[in-house]
Amino acid sequence: MTDTTTPTDLPRQELRDKPLTPGQALRKRALHHKGLMFGAVVMLIVMFIAIFAPLLTQYDPYQQSLLARMKPPVFLGGTSEHWLGTDGLGRDFWARLAYGARISLMIGILAAVISGIIGSTLGILAGYFGGKVDMVVTFLINVRLAMPVVLVALAVVALFGGSLTVVVSVLGLLLWDRFAVVLRSATMQVRKQEYVAAAEVLGASLPRILVKDILPNVMNHLIVIFTLEMAHAIILEAALSFLGLGVQPPTPSWGLMISEGKDMLLFEPWLITIPGVALFFLVLAINMLGDGLRDVTAPEGRN
Amino acid sequence: MAVYILKRLGLALLVALTVSFISFSLLFMAGDPAVAIAGENASSEDIALVNERFGFDRPMIVQYGDWLGSALTGDLGRSWYFDMSVTDLIADRLTVTMKLGLFAITLALAVAIPLGVAAAANPNSLIDRFALFLSVVGQAIPSFWFGLILIIVFSINLRLLPASGNETWQHFVLPTIVLGYYATPAIMRLTRAGMMEVLSSDYIRTARAKGLRTRKVMFKHALRNAIIPVVSLAAVQMGFMLGGSIVVETVFALHGAGYLAWESIARNDLPTMQALILIFSTFYILFTFLADVLNAWLDPRLRVG
Repeated sequence: MTDTTTPTDLPRQELRDKPLTPGQALRKRALHHKGLMFGAVVMLIVMFIAIFAPLLTQYDPYQQSLLARMKPPVFLGGTSEHWLGTDGLGRDFWARLAYGARISLMIGILAAVISGIIGSTLGILAGYFGGKVDMVVTFLINVRLAMPVVLVALAVVALFGGSLTVVVSVLGLLLWDRFAVVLRSATMQVRKQEYVAAAEVLGASLPRILVKDILPNVMNHLIVIFTLEMAHAIILEAALSFLGLGVQPPTPSWGLMISEGKDMLLFEPWLITIPGVALFFLVLAINMLGDGLRDVTAPEGRN
Repeated sequence: MAVYILKRLGLALLVALTVSFISFSLLFMAGDPAVAIAGENASSEDIALVNERFGFDRPMIVQYGDWLGSALTGDLGRSWYFDMSVTDLIADRLTVTMKLGLFAITLALAVAIPLGVAAAANPNSLIDRFALFLSVVGQAIPSFWFGLILIIVFSINLRLLPASGNETWQHFVLPTIVLGYYATPAIMRLTRAGMMEVLSSDYIRTARAKGLRTRKVMFKHALRNAIIPVVSLAAVQMGFMLGGSIVVETVFALHGAGYLAWESIARNDLPTMQALILIFSTFYILFTFLADVLNAWLDPRLRVG
């Protein structure tokens, strides 16, 4: 798994030249992976929009205007004043979309960080120690899988209130199962390696072995699952907000925008089409980034 | 085999018990249910009255035992909102959701298996690329949004199908598509991977060398073995679909258990919420258990252990 220098998909000519360092080979494979590049570029664009939202629009996403309600976007006969039009309360749709990217990315990243910490801790401990620890962790994973995510998340948000903190916490506490499952088996593999046995024999402390020997070698799995769960959290937040039990109005969340546009489905379908397309591209990009990273970091994993 | 099944059953029961305890205490933590029933401005006498009737002032573990005890006899309490027995309420709605789930898994299998087989038979062909594209794109479409788009196209523009309700079979068409597409990519990928593996095995080469027709090799020899993991994945997907039904049923106002879940949450109907979490997780556990048993039955290698 560490043998990343095998230049399987490099032109033969390069083989005859001096061999690439592992880092160079990795970079080369990444740059040639179309899905990964697509995902990375779209992700960068969305991040750029999220960070520089105030510079990309002169409108405030909360500013209502009764005189400018439901203006169509430019490509449907609108004016350049509001190039994506305005919603039912006269708020600039592009401003809401741009600021909404912040909500989606923030919830996706934070929820994936929380679930990543919980899941990888459990997974690494189970994989390293095996036996009773493994039994307990496997049981916890089974319990977690049996809890209906949407139902529990909805109930918790309804009971504790729909703040950003509650949504992030509940998603973080619910989405750790895949981290645990994957890191458990990855750690089991690494555990068998001789360098781990060597470290044990040399008397390295347990935290040192886990952090210095195990963690770096399961890192690629961790990153891949992180992207998948980030996408998962973003879709779930949108679904919760759509059902009225996620982040609350007037926050510019894409799911909330779709929910608000639902009432005007009949006359103004673009009100739900635009945030939906944005959501689709963000999730698609993150998933492709994750798939690509898996292909690039583990060349034997596919095909 | 019997030992294996008994072990699995024991584990499944233990998981169900833990989930029921977690969900009970979760909803318990959210605040005083007596206040929730009596209202924010209720006097202390009112709250005492509610406590006397429902027993909310007892220790949580006692209430949990009480609740679990009656749940096991089929009594899930009384809905605060609908003013009827939760068991009757759910039984009524669950048939709709089961119907939807059955339609959806049938659709998913009908699309995913042929596509997966075709993709595996012609790797890197146009159809393989199409299948891969479909599974990548499919996973990124939010189901509630997909549902709304289908409503715009088929109900509003083409006027072919109703947008909401559950009176006729036409009402089930769009929800079935939305819920079914959700399970399709995973089943398709597994079918493709399984077929690829089986097709490269020795006995398939032998079958081919004997001069059997490609179609016979594909369906009689290869698919039979590749389908084993797909069957159990389908069972697990059924369990996941119950969870997905909340979103889909709400979009289409299909009055099933998922819609009821949303209603009970929006209306703070605690007994119904607790009962639904219990039932949804029990169904998931049941389906994964069935998947394990099915796997053991179909795959002789798993019968030991």
